[in-house]
Amino acid sequence: MIRDWLCKKILPRALWVYHVNCGACNGCDIEVLDTLTPYYDAERFGIKLVGSPRHADVLLVSGPMTRQAAPAARRAYEAVPDPKFVFAIGSCATGGGMWHDTYNVLGGADQVIPVDFYVPGCPPRPEAILHGVATALGLTSKEVHALRAIQECDAVESCELPEDEWLTQELD
Amino acid sequence: MLIAMNVLETLWTKIKQALICLRPGRVTLPYPFAPHDPEEGFRGLPRLNVDKCIGCGGCANVCPARLIRIVDKDQTTRVLVFLYERCTFCGRCAEVCPEGAIEMSREYELSTDDVHDDMIGEYHIFMGPCERCGRCYRPPSVLDKLQQPGFRSDCIDRKCPPEGCRIVLDEDTDDRAEAPTQTASR
Repeated sequence: MIRDWLCKKILPRALWVYHVNCGACNGCDIEVLDTLTPYYDAERFGIKLVGSPRHADVLLVSGPMTRQAAPAARRAYEAVPDPKFVFAIGSCATGGGMWHDTYNVLGGADQVIPVDFYVPGCPPRPEAILHGVATALGLTSKEVHALRAIQECDAVESCELPEDEWLTQELD
Repeated sequence: MLIAMNVLETLWTKIKQALICLRPGRVTLPYPFAPHDPEEGFRGLPRLNVDKCIGCGGCANVCPARLIRIVDKDQTTRVLVFLYERCTFCGRCAEVCPEGAIEMSREYELSTDDVHDDMIGEYHIFMGPCERCGRCYRPPSVLDKLQQPGFRSDCIDRKCPPEGCRIVLDEDTDDRAEAPTQTASR
């Protein structure tokens, strides 16, 4: 609670980002760089790539969490001063992607470090990353909650009709 | 004299650079504050149309990330669970679907703070009583059944009428796209 409040109050002024590649194919990394170009211009929100996790507020994790990278990712996370955000960029970082059950992959980034925001996509468009950032900053709201609703085929009702109808037809 | 020339030349190059920078104008997208639609042919989140799906499981078979799970809840309901969190948006499921039930939508704003709750699609497919095509149909009345040749109460044909059935057995109606009419489901 306090952490969320702090994140909302303090962090939006400027997010300094440290980018961790835990075994990504470089697709997501290129999209992250694309987000920082003048065309998408994430820098207008005060976002800046920094070279050390100790200067950062945000950890951008891309790629499935490989066994080799997991301890390093953990150390990078611990090096970021509080309050901190962790963004999982791409399908691999959100849920392991295609490699979710491979022998050398532990799964998504949240298997090793707590993740605050997920940006699925393979790779996510720069707009999707911007949307994630803007959602984290409270500028926009997330769009996906509608997915959870169970969708049922309406044929269920049309099939329950007959029993009664047979009776009425017989009477006719 | 030479120094003044040099200074002037440098100044002129700087002015030229400034003019070049001015020409394109403002290039930054106003994105998070204004919508920006993806280009033609963009593959977003795959969406399943439960009314078209026949529950064949072809999509689950080809999915490279194996995110589609198929569970038979009971005899008439098949549940398709899409774990969208690891979807790679390759479009194989939409390509292989025989009924065109899966469509790659243009949704890309999928960022969420709780991926395991939000990025799950659960679709309940009704596996109807037709033994051939799985499509639900209105059963024939008792009088219709009596007119059926060789009718016996214990061998009631649990297939929908051939003109509406999705699985076309008759060679004469070779256009398969025409066969599944809407009347079959009603």
